[in-house]
Amino acid sequence: MVDLLDKHRGIAERHQRMMELGVNAVNLVNDRILSPTRGVIQGRETILAGTNNYMGITFDPDCIAAGQKAMAEFGTGTTGSRIANGSYAMHKELEAELATFLKRKHCIVFTTGYQANLGMLSGLAGPNDTIYLDADSHSSIYDGCTLSGAKLVRFRHNDATDLDKRLARSEGAGGKLVVVEGIYSMLGDRAPLADFVEVKKKHGFQLLADEAHSFGVLGPNGRGLADEAGLEDDIDFVGGTFSKSVGAIGGFGAGNHPLFETLRYAMRPYMFTASSSPASIATSLAAVRKLAAEPERRARLAANSARLYHGFKGLGLELGSGAVSPVVAVKCPDEPTTIMMWNELLKSGVYVNIALPPGTPNKLCLLRCSVSAAHTEAEIDQIIATFGRVVAGKA
Amino acid sequence: MNAPADIVAQIVTLLQPYNKGGVTLSADTDIPAELNIDSVDIMDFVMEVEDHYDIEIPLNVVSETRTIGDLALVVAKRRKA
Repeated sequence: MVDLLDKHRGIAERHQRMMELGVNAVNLVNDRILSPTRGVIQGRETILAGTNNYMGITFDPDCIAAGQKAMAEFGTGTTGSRIANGSYAMHKELEAELATFLKRKHCIVFTTGYQANLGMLSGLAGPNDTIYLDADSHSSIYDGCTLSGAKLVRFRHNDATDLDKRLARSEGAGGKLVVVEGIYSMLGDRAPLADFVEVKKKHGFQLLADEAHSFGVLGPNGRGLADEAGLEDDIDFVGGTFSKSVGAIGGFGAGNHPLFETLRYAMRPYMFTASSSPASIATSLAAVRKLAAEPERRARLAANSARLYHGFKGLGLELGSGAVSPVVAVKCPDEPTTIMMWNELLKSGVYVNIALPPGTPNKLCLLRCSVSAAHTEAEIDQIIATFGRVVAGKA
Repeated sequence: MNAPADIVAQIVTLLQPYNKGGVTLSADTDIPAELNIDSVDIMDFVMEVEDHYDIEIPLNVVSETRTIGDLALVVAKRRKA
């Protein structure tokens, strides 16, 4: 008999090597969460600098109150899918609020951000179509593409000329969908949207922008990279998540297409899972309203991002993005060194993400920070000082 | 059908940078199993093959291709198309 788990022995051995260098970096337990930027890990109060909690909204009293009220009035869960008993008035209210915020005619809410990409990609593209995806796309995009059954063509990261070349080679007669991300999660770099829009005008395709890390973060209105670039009219579909700037869990897809609502009956990840819980929907709704009403959160995030980015630059660290971004990834020499540095940062009271191949572009080993509007300047400075000692080797 | 020798030779050349273990490469080499390279490496390598021959090799086709000979046959078929 072939043992089905035999194929994972390599993963087990790699995990064991990581454990021998310190704590389990990929299964870390937060004992307590004290605030959007502080937690207790291994009994030690720690600055949280790897949570994607960009707006620092997870402890907002209004959001918490909205969640508590919804749970008291509607219960702990919906116990059903959106196409059965799982659509409450609040799900529709959140979809309407998001559509207004995004200036789109239609919006569909999903139970997780992962499912939003699975649903949108598999609903939009089918076996006769072709999806062109950036090589550095998030795994949820790769998985959504696979679920669609479409022909999949990968283009070089952020390279519109490479996309142009691959579209020119196209053999299929079906529809074409190009997928890019507003901010790429590992390195924090933005898609060169204007370049992709030029290619779109040349070849003709439908364009989906996944604004998971940029929704609420970029643009004068917080609508993401397309808002920042002034190119929203050129984006056919927008995707996003509630698990970052919105501080809850869930995801969305939005667009203006007259048949957009039909996707509800064509997306298996939307149809065959329970809908988001009342508390999660209510906190998301409250948070989206705050993103619209409180642009100062974006201003604080931008200032904090610049402070960390330039602080790291001042230490001589090599960063993933050539521009200020709320994702500040530090390139490290190799896997054992990165693990040791990550452990030392944690012991020093700073939590960041560790990102290792194959989950990173170009086999990079990264110590990845994500900045929050809720970080104080003193916290940012402490993160910089700790990186200075642990990573840059400066006393 | 045998894989065209010239295409096999070219794929062997393109694959060498990914052959960290110095495996002897031939038409029968099982790329993921024998070279012990991950899925991202395989996708990057296939991009090199696409660009060299100016053809499209969708990821769906890559996932069904194991050996250098298999890939050479895909290239031969797509060059003719």
